[in-house]
Amino acid sequence: MSKASVHPYIPNSVQEIKDAMIREVGVSRIEDLYSDVPRKYWLQRRLALPRGKSEQEIRRLVEKTLAKNRTIQDMPIFLGAGCSPHYVPAAVEAIVQRTELFSSYTPYQPEVSQGMLQALFEYQSMICAITATEVANCSMYDWASALGEAVRMATRLTHRAEALVPRIIHPERMMTLAAYTKPAGIVVNPIGYEAETGLLDIEELRANITERTAAVYIENPTFLGLIETHVDKIAEIAHDHGALFIVGVDPLSLGVLRPPGEYDADIVVGEGQALGNPMNYGGPMLGIFACRDDMQLIRQMPGRTIGMTRTVDGKQRGFCMALQTREQHIRRERATSNICSNESLCAVAAAVYLALLGPTGLRELGETIMCKTRYAMNRIAEVDGVNIPLFTSPHFKEFTVNFDQAGKTVHDVHESLLQHQIHGGKSLCQDFPEFGETALYCTTEIHSKEDIDRLGQTLKMILGGKS
Amino acid sequence: MFRQARWNERLIFELGWPGRRGYVVPKVEKEILEAVGGLKTLLPQELQRRTPPQLPELSEAEVVRHYIRLSEMNYGVDSGFYPLGSCTMKYNPKVDEVIAKSPHITMTHPYQDERTVQGTLEILYLLANWLAEITGTFEVSLQPAAGAHGEFLGTLIMRAFHKSNDELEKRTELIVPDSAHGTNPASGAMGGFKVLVVPSDEEGCVDLDALESAVSERTAGLMLTNPNTLGIFEKNIERISEIVHKAGGLLYYDGANLNAILGKARPGDMGFDIVHMNIHKTFGTPHGGGGPGSGPIGVSKSLERFLPIPRILFDGHRYHLDYDKPHSVGKIRSFYGNTGVLLRAFTYILSLGAEGLEAAAEVSVLNANYVMKKLMKIRGLDLPYALERPRKHECVISCKRLQRETGIRALDVSKRILDYGMHSPTTYFPLIVDEALMIEPTESFEKKELDRFVNIVQNISSEAYSTPDVVLKAPQNTAITRLDEAKASHPRTMALSWIMYQKRNL
Ligand SMILES: Cc1ncc(COP(=O)(O)O)c(C=O)c1O
Repeated sequence: MSKASVHPYIPNSVQEIKDAMIREVGVSRIEDLYSDVPRKYWLQRRLALPRGKSEQEIRRLVEKTLAKNRTIQDMPIFLGAGCSPHYVPAAVEAIVQRTELFSSYTPYQPEVSQGMLQALFEYQSMICAITATEVANCSMYDWASALGEAVRMATRLTHRAEALVPRIIHPERMMTLAAYTKPAGIVVNPIGYEAETGLLDIEELRANITERTAAVYIENPTFLGLIETHVDKIAEIAHDHGALFIVGVDPLSLGVLRPPGEYDADIVVGEGQALGNPMNYGGPMLGIFACRDDMQLIRQMPGRTIGMTRTVDGKQRGFCMALQTREQHIRRERATSNICSNESLCAVAAAVYLALLGPTGLRELGETIMCKTRYAMNRIAEVDGVNIPLFTSPHFKEFTVNFDQAGKTVHDVHESLLQHQIHGGKSLCQDFPEFGETALYCTTEIHSKEDIDRLGQTLKMILGGKS
Repeated sequence: MFRQARWNERLIFELGWPGRRGYVVPKVEKEILEAVGGLKTLLPQELQRRTPPQLPELSEAEVVRHYIRLSEMNYGVDSGFYPLGSCTMKYNPKVDEVIAKSPHITMTHPYQDERTVQGTLEILYLLANWLAEITGTFEVSLQPAAGAHGEFLGTLIMRAFHKSNDELEKRTELIVPDSAHGTNPASGAMGGFKVLVVPSDEEGCVDLDALESAVSERTAGLMLTNPNTLGIFEKNIERISEIVHKAGGLLYYDGANLNAILGKARPGDMGFDIVHMNIHKTFGTPHGGGGPGSGPIGVSKSLERFLPIPRILFDGHRYHLDYDKPHSVGKIRSFYGNTGVLLRAFTYILSLGAEGLEAAAEVSVLNANYVMKKLMKIRGLDLPYALERPRKHECVISCKRLQRETGIRALDVSKRILDYGMHSPTTYFPLIVDEALMIEPTESFEKKELDRFVNIVQNISSEAYSTPDVVLKAPQNTAITRLDEAKASHPRTMALSWIMYQKRNL
């Protein structure tokens, strides 16, 4: 048992206080409070963990360890695929550091939690605004799990058990979708792409959709960064067959791209990390979940949602959690989802971010990203032997680079780039061998012209001496 | 007297002025623009957004003031006592926040070459090992984003395990006690299981006879919180484990209450096969107003092969991400877990060490029993179940008698507590206690604050018997008075967004 050790986080660890309290409780030692834990389970030793350290020691140790990493400040990194480097305005950081917000929990007591509630209501409203929907929840874990939940929701609404999704989506998203849907007996069927444009193959969609199809899912932009042009047609096909239309988005594209609500999406999911949240090595992320204003949909929606209401005396407007009867703590095994803790603080960051950008900023940022993407594609296209992009449609943020004709592997190119202090794109070789030696590159507003030029020049140098 | 800020702050959509901006997007370099043209040349007209989104237009200063005012209308752990039972509202150490803001973590991408993220991988590898040691499990996966996410992953592992024994077809039932948190049955259902509920006995523990008759060759597993949601240790855990395992099921540990037994006893040693931890509870990371949290799971040796991909390996020189796990259940999210949160847990454990974690457990239990002993004496309040037994980190008090004698319900008590400048306990959970107040002081608050809480509840009891109106009208000192929560969920008055509010003309 622990000797008197006073720790800064544990006010009552002072022996005198402990003794007084032990007396009040009416036992003779703290161990007595564990008397109902069977003896055989008492841990007879200390946990094999490091000894407690001072704050100063911790900082030195952890910062030294973290310094082994290299970051986007050390080298340009052209990685995206669902988590992308963006500038986070200082005002966003200032707000999410407010401890009244970050040290609170789920607003079970709305009267002392109006700040969080209103901020989340504003987040929901802004998500609705950019996606052109009317309803949103206050977050899912990430895009992948939001997609899993969306497909489950569609099957509950349609009483059907099949979903059609593009074959070319992020492999991790596809795996997550499988994990979420398999236990419910849902069959996920992949739909291929048109060879030239890389977009969803409409004929294949038509051939596969049936009266068993609960949902048609597309991503816009697609995993390969392509902007889907047949969205109205796809929506029509889905709805003609009584299926729901689910669209996955990059929210930063929605300043320039038609929003999914305008092409009749029933449910919108997406990755909100780009909205004012740092990459953090892939977590926390921010799962976007929105839908049409339709009570049937709303009742089946997963997760927490904040609603506007009034005080009991009717005098004042306020906010509280709404529709809790869908949720696990009330509906239990018949809940629309098991989600409890979500990514609320990331949603607050997203709200502050979108409020700062406003409609103009969001459009300008979208345009900037498109310009940089195009420019990067142009520069890389100048390199001999590089096939870029594989498909003809317009691109947003991400694009494919193929090295087949250069006689180099993605791996070789990556190694050489890294030697030149550049981190190339994500290899698609293992997940999509059909694309040959191809990598997925990502450019955003954080990549300067200089970064992009250097990438182009370095690729030229690396691939110049091709066989 | 407590007075929360009352800004009557408008919605951000009602603030600002057309043309104002809060952030300037850097101009695209001239050469780039010349080379690629603008949006017009890049994006065909028909794919472009025609009407700009209805986002607010404010200057940076206005945005900041708006959200600062909102934050002033929010109560957090740094504001004061926050005994929200089951949620383990601990102090969030400031050094954790400083370290978590390091660009060495925030500005790294999950698909970076392993050689460029050795620092992060080292930390995650060590943390996973420490969590395995703390829980007595064989291997830990850091991937789940929250406790419920870990539970869902747990059900997938149960499926994979039974499938590997060719038994998935018949093992269709998951058992949970009636005192379980809602996520347990909900996770079971998401995992495709039929959920069976077993009652608690008069001691507040799993009724062994009921459990005996609930298990069968259809049993996939049992989900259990220990100490349970009454704060009572399931002292028959050995027998429970035997019953479940003999029936061929797996035992799942809901780690929401792990704080009570840190360094004292380990779920793995008690026979639990799968264990989740709520990092945001037990390891002091901020709850963020509802997340992000993190919910790693640890499993026994025989289940290790089912954990999600990738896992982190160390070859003595370097850390690697290993995807070679043919039996894995795959993935339940993108990337590797809520790294930003996990890093804070790492620094938290470094600060406390083995000894400090044990001290945290002990003091959290001492605090809970101290508060319980005092509350029991208050008129109108009762301690349901096992009067003579100590609680662990939390206790559940019933206001049923108070309600009967004064009409004041647990809800009213909780609202009145807010008036005194404290957060209230969890109410109406667990479901097996009428008019429940679930109190978890944690180790983070000083005796004086506990005494103040007890005094407040004492006052409220007196008020209930003498001037019940004061309690019924509470809260008055908060940013807003009592809210009509039903209205928020009624189809006609529901407004879940600004656009919905405008459309419905509310
Ligand atoms: C007993 C219990 N189990 C599970 C959970 C779910 O955990 P999380 O919110 O991390 O998903 C909670 C959360 O409040 C809980 O109290």
